[in-house]
Amino acid sequence: MQIISKKTHIDFLSPVRRKVAVALSVVFVIVSLVSLATRGLDFGIDFTGGILLEVGYEQAADLEAIRGTLADAGFTDAQVQLFGRDTDVLVRLPPQPEDSAIQVRDQLQATLEAGGQNIDLRRMETVSAQIGTELAERGALAMVVALLLIFVYVMIRFQWKFSAGAVAALAHDAIVTVGFFSIFQLPFDLTVVAAVLAVIGYSLNDTVVAFDRIRENFLALRGVSAEDAMNTSINEMLARTLITGLTTLLVLAALLVLGGESIAPFSIALIVGIIVGTYSSIYTASATALMLKVSPQDLIEPIKHPEMIDDLP
Amino acid sequence: MNKFPLWLNALVLAILLSGCLFALPNIYGSVDAVQVADNDGVAYDEVRLEEFVRTVENAGVTPEAAYLQDGRAVLRFHSTEEQEAAGERLRTAYDREANIAATLAPKLPTWVRDLGLKPMSLGLDLRGGVYVLLEVDMDTAIDSRMVGYQQSFDERLRDAKIRHRVDLNGQTINIRLTGAEDLEAARTVIRRTDQDVLISDGADGKSLIVRMSETQIQARQDFAIEQNITTLRNRVNELGVAEPLVQRQGADRIVIQLPGVQDPNKIKGILSATATVEFRLVDQSGGEPGSRRYQGRGTEAAQMLKRSVIASGDQIIDASAGYSEGQPQVNITLDSAGGENMLRTTMENVGKPMSTVFIETRREAIPGQPGEFRKIVRQEIISTATIQGVFKDRFRITGLSPGEASDLALLLRAGALAAPVYIVDERTVGPTLGQDNIDRGFNAIKIGFLAVIIFMAIYYRAFGLIANVALLSNVVFIVAMLSLLGASLTLPGIAGIVLTVGMAVDANVLIFERIREELAAGAAPQTAINSGYEKALSSITDANVTTLIAAVVLFSIGTGPIKGFAITLLLGIITSMFTAIVGTRTIVNLIFGGRKLQSVPV
Repeated sequence: MQIISKKTHIDFLSPVRRKVAVALSVVFVIVSLVSLATRGLDFGIDFTGGILLEVGYEQAADLEAIRGTLADAGFTDAQVQLFGRDTDVLVRLPPQPEDSAIQVRDQLQATLEAGGQNIDLRRMETVSAQIGTELAERGALAMVVALLLIFVYVMIRFQWKFSAGAVAALAHDAIVTVGFFSIFQLPFDLTVVAAVLAVIGYSLNDTVVAFDRIRENFLALRGVSAEDAMNTSINEMLARTLITGLTTLLVLAALLVLGGESIAPFSIALIVGIIVGTYSSIYTASATALMLKVSPQDLIEPIKHPEMIDDLP
Repeated sequence: MNKFPLWLNALVLAILLSGCLFALPNIYGSVDAVQVADNDGVAYDEVRLEEFVRTVENAGVTPEAAYLQDGRAVLRFHSTEEQEAAGERLRTAYDREANIAATLAPKLPTWVRDLGLKPMSLGLDLRGGVYVLLEVDMDTAIDSRMVGYQQSFDERLRDAKIRHRVDLNGQTINIRLTGAEDLEAARTVIRRTDQDVLISDGADGKSLIVRMSETQIQARQDFAIEQNITTLRNRVNELGVAEPLVQRQGADRIVIQLPGVQDPNKIKGILSATATVEFRLVDQSGGEPGSRRYQGRGTEAAQMLKRSVIASGDQIIDASAGYSEGQPQVNITLDSAGGENMLRTTMENVGKPMSTVFIETRREAIPGQPGEFRKIVRQEIISTATIQGVFKDRFRITGLSPGEASDLALLLRAGALAAPVYIVDERTVGPTLGQDNIDRGFNAIKIGFLAVIIFMAIYYRAFGLIANVALLSNVVFIVAMLSLLGASLTLPGIAGIVLTVGMAVDANVLIFERIREELAAGAAPQTAINSGYEKALSSITDANVTTLIAAVVLFSIGTGPIKGFAITLLLGIITSMFTAIVGTRTIVNLIFGGRKLQSVPV
């Protein structure tokens, strides 16, 4: 069976399409950045600190009644929402001073238990604000270090113009994925940071495979322009890019539907990231390398003849 | 063409079989069990195991299996009721010397256990339990040491008849003298008291400023955190939790993990408990007014002890185990008030016995009355020794075995928390959510896996089926590696496996597409297979190395859930390289190699 019949000859990198693609990417990135700046992210308790209780009720939970009970007990700043199913409720409080956080949590638990219904305490988390900041810093650090190392690796294996293209594509993927979470105000927790890093790894995987073929074709198709060689390469790798994307999306769809609420943000981040990443490894990476005037000469090892240099006047 | 030598086929088979073997313990599931662990970490032998089994059998319960694991005794039962009854009985009989915990034990057949194989452990998010991250208040640890210094300097200077005034300003001590002529004498006294502190001249020319050196601060902090860990570990052991974890994290943090515990309030009990020691003279006549009989801990003899306390634990500045002339000993350092009293007492009582009493005060929740606590005080003699000579603030306890000496030093330090601790991160996962997470995670793996397998079989026909074999063995290898490394599987870890399943086919897709390309370019079937594998290799390597970089960064910088995800992703990338390249090639060669092929079913 074949998804793409025979050989495709799509001119992915024609000047017009390239411009459209670049414009599209720029728009995505700007929209993401604007949303991040204005709306920000719906940071989970991992980053903000605070108290979180997940409770299971026997019947569908009455959120208004729960809010009322909590407000009566003095928890006016409690956020109450359903979590996954209508019997599961998530209650969140902002961070408390370190020495009293546990007591506050106990009161919260007692208040919910006194609400009349039998409840199943599924999860409790008490995170100090300080730990939240630390986790956020480490997450950001991980992202920067990963990008740097990848830049170096691609530079060693290929050349700096490819490296710049790859990192541009990765930064694009990371920003758009995080931007997606900001635009739709999806809960952003530690697992999402892990997912964004996995997206970076995956998208890079795609980009590097395309670059590998580009290098091969630069060397094989002498006398062909860089643009044409890249186009040929992308077309040749199209089936592989789509199939791998498809199988990965298949399992992620299973994870999103079956994996439960707490892993859902992770699945969404990966799904968005892989779609964006597939697009970016076709366009962003190659287009950036082309903008930097990449040419077959960049990849051909210069032949050194020291004795000839000596002969030069 | 396309034939592997026999040894290579055999090697691949051997690797596959060992993967299956290491993954095997995970298919048996677990049963209710009771685990008995010696409080002092002494390994049990078959004789003790027999004894435990008999104890349980006397209560009318027959264990389904009983064996030793890492020096601990594990008794497995058919039902939770039997487990509870047996736990009850063992606790009555051995509570003093052992930690008896209800737990889940893997239902391994004897031969698997005899090979030392274990299933992978489950993280707290899958198993349920309490995770606590504590921060040790280091400033208080330093401050308390500074108060000790202030007292010592004050007394030593008074002894040396130097007129002075000692003030403590935060973490510096200001010693004011009457004139510049006393500076040198005072400096010598301070040096003699502690040779490592930093001494500088005050601005007014007749005072000294003393502070702890960086090394001392570091040592004090290490001491504080190690002491807190020892204390907490001892207290956690009292909880009756199987496989608790108490570990240092970074410079000033302690992680506690209590698998299977559902009530985070148990942790509060641990943090609020206090313990201390006292030194008292033995009442040899037995009839002095106010004397009391104290129980001995373990094999230690009970004694009548006098009413007055010579020194108590809050006066101990440091305790360490060491050797003198080949004899193990415990070195104690008291603060000046305790030292003064010790000097007077020992001067009057050379040759008489003195006991060290361990006192623990704990708050325990009263069942059925939430928020109500009762105080439980336990007092035991941990050692009795004869006073050999006169001593003051530094003395040693000898006549102990090396093990006892280090235990005693630990106990003395473990008595109280050296510095207050705060909970900075506490997470509790209830049992229902844990089971939910397991069910959902494995469902996601199953369905995702099935979808990919069906797709590959349809799209690449025979080669797709071969890739599927590789995919299946890849999951087996990940499980085998996790079991072998003793890493725990978490929900993000399961997500990592799912992601790996999706991405592991990439290598095969690259190879198969390349074979198709070669065939389309007119290559003969066998040549196409060979060059398909060869030419795809550099792409596969590059692609996997870059993902590996991301995974390694995640693993080394990430915390908690990120680490759990990174470990399976990391293992998955490594094992998938093997299964997708070497594994599929072996099968392809066995089936198609060396034959005349009209076409390639790819």
